[in-house]
Amino acid sequence: MTNCPTLIVTVGLPARGKTYISKKLTRYLNWIGVPTREFNVGQYRRECVKIYKSFEFFRPDNEEGLKIRRQCASAALNDVRQYLTEEGGQVAVFDATNTTRERRETIIQFAEQNGFKVFFVESVCEDPDVIQENIVVSLGSPDYTNCNTEEAVEDFMKRIKCYENSYETLDEVLDRDLSYIKIMDVGQRYLVNRVLDHIQSRIVYYLMNIHITPRSIYLCRHGESELNVNGRIGGDSGLTPRGKEFGKKLSQFILEQGISDLKVWTSQMKRTIQTAEALNVPYEQWKVLNEIDAGVCEEMMYEEIQDHYPLEFALRDQDKYRYRYPKGESYEDLVQRLEPVIMELERQENVLVVCHQAVMRCLLAYFLDKTAEELPYLKCPLHTVLKLTPVAYGCKVESISLNVDAVDTHRERPEKRVPVPVPSAQ
Amino acid sequence: VEMSEPGMLIDIRASVPQFCNSPTMIVMVGLPARGKTYISKKLTRYLNWIGVPTKMFNVGQYRREAVKIYKNFEFFKPDNEEAMRIRKACAAAALKDVAAYFSKEQGQVAVFDATNTTRERRTVILSYAKERGYKVFFVESICDDPEIIAENIKQVKFGSPDYVDRNVDEAMEDFVQRIDCYRASYMPIDDEKDRKLSYIKIFDVGSRYLVNRVQDHIQSRIVYYLMNIHVTPRSIYLSRHGESELNLSGRIGGDSGLSPRGQKYANALAAFIHGQNIRELKVWTSHMKRTIQTAEALGVQYEQWKALNEIDAGVCEELTYEEIQQNLPQEFALRDQDKYRYRYPKGESYEDLVHRLEPVIMELERQENVLVICHQAVFRCLLAYFLDKPADELPYLRCPLHTVLKLTPIAYGCKVESFFLNIEAVNTHRERPVNVDVNRNPEDALQTVPDHI
Repeated sequence: MTNCPTLIVTVGLPARGKTYISKKLTRYLNWIGVPTREFNVGQYRRECVKIYKSFEFFRPDNEEGLKIRRQCASAALNDVRQYLTEEGGQVAVFDATNTTRERRETIIQFAEQNGFKVFFVESVCEDPDVIQENIVVSLGSPDYTNCNTEEAVEDFMKRIKCYENSYETLDEVLDRDLSYIKIMDVGQRYLVNRVLDHIQSRIVYYLMNIHITPRSIYLCRHGESELNVNGRIGGDSGLTPRGKEFGKKLSQFILEQGISDLKVWTSQMKRTIQTAEALNVPYEQWKVLNEIDAGVCEEMMYEEIQDHYPLEFALRDQDKYRYRYPKGESYEDLVQRLEPVIMELERQENVLVVCHQAVMRCLLAYFLDKTAEELPYLKCPLHTVLKLTPVAYGCKVESISLNVDAVDTHRERPEKRVPVPVPSAQ
Repeated sequence: VEMSEPGMLIDIRASVPQFCNSPTMIVMVGLPARGKTYISKKLTRYLNWIGVPTKMFNVGQYRREAVKIYKNFEFFKPDNEEAMRIRKACAAAALKDVAAYFSKEQGQVAVFDATNTTRERRTVILSYAKERGYKVFFVESICDDPEIIAENIKQVKFGSPDYVDRNVDEAMEDFVQRIDCYRASYMPIDDEKDRKLSYIKIFDVGSRYLVNRVQDHIQSRIVYYLMNIHVTPRSIYLSRHGESELNLSGRIGGDSGLSPRGQKYANALAAFIHGQNIRELKVWTSHMKRTIQTAEALGVQYEQWKALNEIDAGVCEELTYEEIQQNLPQEFALRDQDKYRYRYPKGESYEDLVHRLEPVIMELERQENVLVICHQAVFRCLLAYFLDKPADELPYLRCPLHTVLKLTPIAYGCKVESFFLNIEAVNTHRERPVNVDVNRNPEDALQTVPDHI
């Protein structure tokens, strides 16, 4: 996408969601195939100063504290340099308060020396309720494992105060040559300045679509299909009686969940549509939620693929993520076509997605931050609903089997490395 | 029941989520010569292309119909009561047409293109919208760079019907005074007072944006689009791959290599591109052999996009039209009945193609000089976007082999130059036959099939 690596730099007082944004952005960029890593300066500080005593460490007149903090920032920047120049990283997210112009200037010079583009992400928020909620998340930090809640909150508030006096927000005039997005009041308002390239444009679009309103995302596959039962992949068959039973149970389950304003999405294949029909609510069909196209292997059994295309079969096991079926798709292709689904899922609130095995693996990998290596082997059994609820920096997962039997369609990664048969010279 | 987001599904075949909810009014704000009409037209073109029925309502148009002859800037003086009355009436007439577009013509988005520079005027529009349940999204363009403004005036105002009888200097002088008439009463959207409104402010042709309260999916897409377009002069070159082996035998789809003539074309294309002396040209191809082989001849770096692959003809891949007629006569007829929406069994439709090409269009908007080497159906979709062709014309646009189209944005549209590089090739264009009935006889069905081996 871009040749210059990019350094994303967060800016903002404590408890403004910088780490939340950093982690989420990192997860998204990695999922779409842009190698990204986050560098949390607080982490470095915790490794340096084993035991956190109190907010006094952050007082602007604490010379010892300042020295350590500066060293930690340098150490982190060093690791950034290594990641972007030697380890194939494309984007580094530098997560710290970076609240003074002086600190930001240091980072800009560092980036210039190394040929990195810089993009600032500032989070500004004065809503006391939001800040309170955020503090609760921050209190999960190792800094506060041994404090009771009241003490911890008090200390944290004083910590924030230490930064307030010296806080220099990104300024429309003074910083007009910088590239940045300023997020105000958790996304009510954005100021975007000088977006330089494709990746920055995608980052801005993503940041403008995420929200923190509590909600749940339900993922499930279609009910068991006729082709499932015959051990065949792909195709566009209808549900078996057990599959239909799942539809009924799913409908019950959804009712019991008592979800307000649930959106239901399916693919354009019979088996997901038939499953959604049982719910008796409006649903939306997305072609991009269709199962992975197995090309020449469509509707074959694995045994048949082994017989007719042994080379292809072996190649797939060698690199299941990148392997593309002849005249079909790869998991990597699937991720690219699912990106608008993820973007819309971020915008939405309560959604039930009725999809397919490979598709569900891709979506799950996004929410649970699974690597490309793990993704094609994630377990997504039939007749099981996964309920994902964002919590703190991650996602709570509840797996609910609806107690309707079905075949197992999961094919584990083979134990031994299958040698690729070399075609004999003719 | 008030719903903040769409609910009912209406078109189950669409690949873009279709929403049967409140229509949206996009309301432009800004002094004259700030690019409002440019943005309005472009946005309308984009939304229609991605399948969102959109129409633009330019209040200046209404004014020209009401006041046949434009005398001079005095019409716009704030103390010209007669003119004020006419202008208010024109805005009201335009709003009425917006309502008719939404209620009678299934419109989804209306772009209300006028200066709308006073809070009072914007309040009128907001009330009108609120009464009828329309969402409102403001797009304000703010620019004080005299060079940009002068350039805008040159590009679009001199050609305006208002100045058809004036020489360039007179026109410029009059227009500058016209702008002054608005300046005194201009109240930009206020970040404090208007914080409940949904809007985007575009500063200095896109170097900075302020976005407030994006309400839904379509507003989010509009913001993303507006933040990616630019006005830097550039050209986009569109070409198909060189003639392929399958082209020669009249077969569709597949992944064959270039024929000898196709290879000649690739070399001719290289010479042509070299001769154009293009600054920093990006070259894009699909993942299919024939576009890649064509690009190889250029001897420059190129980027492969899977999204640029030819339309997937599913069960009809690599068949001739004669074979499709023989084996799947009903499908063949259905396709002729609605070529845009028809989806090949286990394949795609043109409508699907547009959906998968949207990121390509978005990136083309971001880029400057680009050469796209693609395929017939893909070319038609891209061309329809640039030339604002509707869905029923799109699948019949002529995109012959061995011809480069050079598209250069000017004023409100696109200049098109066509270069046939003098290497013969088969014709792959199949016109819509007269008889599209499913029971038609083979002669009627095959009437328009181009010659092949």
